[in-house]
Amino acid sequence: MFRYEFIKNALYAILIITPLFGIIGTVIVNNKMAFFSDALGHSALTGIAIGALLGVTNPTISMVCFGIIFALLLNKIKDIKVTSRDTIISVFSSTALALGLVILSKNGNFSKFSNYLIGDILSIVPSEIIALLVIAIFVIVFWFLFFNKMFAISLNSSLAKSKNISVKLVENLFVVLVALIVMMSIRWVGILIINSLLILPAAASRNIARNIKEYHFYSILIALFSGIVGLIVSYMQGIATGPTIVLIASLIFFVTYFIRKKIGD
Amino acid sequence: MIEKCGYCCTKIRNINVSFGKKEVLKNVNIHIHCGKLTAIIGKNGAGKSTLLKAILGEVKHTGTILFKDRENSGKKIKIGYVPQKLDIENSPATVYDVVVSFTSKYPSFLPKSKKYYEEIKEHLKEFGAESLIDSKINTLSGGQLQRVMLAIATMPYPDLLILDEPVSGIDRNGKEMFYEKIHYLKENYDLAVLMVSHDFEYVKRYADKVILLDKTIVAKGKADDVMHSKEFVETFGKVEG
Repeated sequence: MFRYEFIKNALYAILIITPLFGIIGTVIVNNKMAFFSDALGHSALTGIAIGALLGVTNPTISMVCFGIIFALLLNKIKDIKVTSRDTIISVFSSTALALGLVILSKNGNFSKFSNYLIGDILSIVPSEIIALLVIAIFVIVFWFLFFNKMFAISLNSSLAKSKNISVKLVENLFVVLVALIVMMSIRWVGILIINSLLILPAAASRNIARNIKEYHFYSILIALFSGIVGLIVSYMQGIATGPTIVLIASLIFFVTYFIRKKIGD
Repeated sequence: MIEKCGYCCTKIRNINVSFGKKEVLKNVNIHIHCGKLTAIIGKNGAGKSTLLKAILGEVKHTGTILFKDRENSGKKIKIGYVPQKLDIENSPATVYDVVVSFTSKYPSFLPKSKKYYEEIKEHLKEFGAESLIDSKINTLSGGQLQRVMLAIATMPYPDLLILDEPVSGIDRNGKEMFYEKIHYLKENYDLAVLMVSHDFEYVKRYADKVILLDKTIVAKGKADDVMHSKEFVETFGKVEG
């Protein structure tokens, strides 16, 4: 199967995207941001819609711009203590999703955009793989500089602050990073399943990891394994790649969950 | 070990905090001297935690917080903070992971750094917690976790150590050990300690100065005097002893 150019490209893309998702998922799960990343994924539709309204030819640009603004906005409102955080994020998420659908469905044109929903990794081209590679390098540098700080904030933000960590700045940088990765990869992964790919590997890893190093290692390994096996299985069975990857990651999650039950916490 | 100076102090001057129209703290002035333990008591909602957050710079406030050392060098104050709890439910992290994340730039997801590992172990030893270094953080007892947090707050040793209801939910033995340690630190490292507490028995035994807070300071002085003051009785009723 790897004699085809498009399969090779898809494989390269998976080798880059899935470990990245495995890495940033560790903090999304640590910091209880699953709702946030879900909302961010949904907001991609609004990004595309705004791009279409403004006549931007490359929807990735409008998605990234809107995604970053949306992420910073969500991060700002989470400190307002009027309603619970989950509720507020859901309100924003639904609004963004509905707004995107309304604009894109004008004149009955939605089918043109429907492949954003489940994504299509087989359509990726080499220049886009290089863009992903640049992001990957960026994420790794960011991780070396900021992981400790993000982890400290997740444990207790006041204690982090007393250690001179700029809590708000670090949080904002991270949500911008997540917005960037989500928007850059949503065409290949799909709006409906991108959050599963962010959450599942880290959540599965958390079941079996005994320290932070293992937490990262298993998360990357599970993401990578699901990605490669998902690609092969989906190609052989003629089914969509993204959902297949997610199914395999879910299966691994349940296995690790039972392993944890068995060995005890 | 540091020579006792007796000159340095933290001056908290005229702190006011409002949330919207609601006034939470009004005109709070406190001098905290090093080598002394100042306890803040007050009923729920009296603004105790807000005051600590204002000192940490987390809550918008007016007024100034000045640290004066012996040379009057004007250097930035180092604050050590011991929170009530850490968010560690289901956490895969070990004690080493947690301490290294708060106290160093060495990424905790890399293989352990021998240097930091030894450094942390040495420091944990001071708090009788060196054997916990490889334990998962969420398997520790309340008392053990409290000692680990104290170790984090004192790496490096701060000028001002802030404790937010440090022993809630800890058994008597753990409490004794904790307060002994705070007393030891205060005496030997000349730390200024500011503590919010509901534990009147321990406040009485260990605090050099007690402040009764209710939006503003309503009584202050030696533990015995404050606890027999009219304001104290109005807030808490009569307390045995």
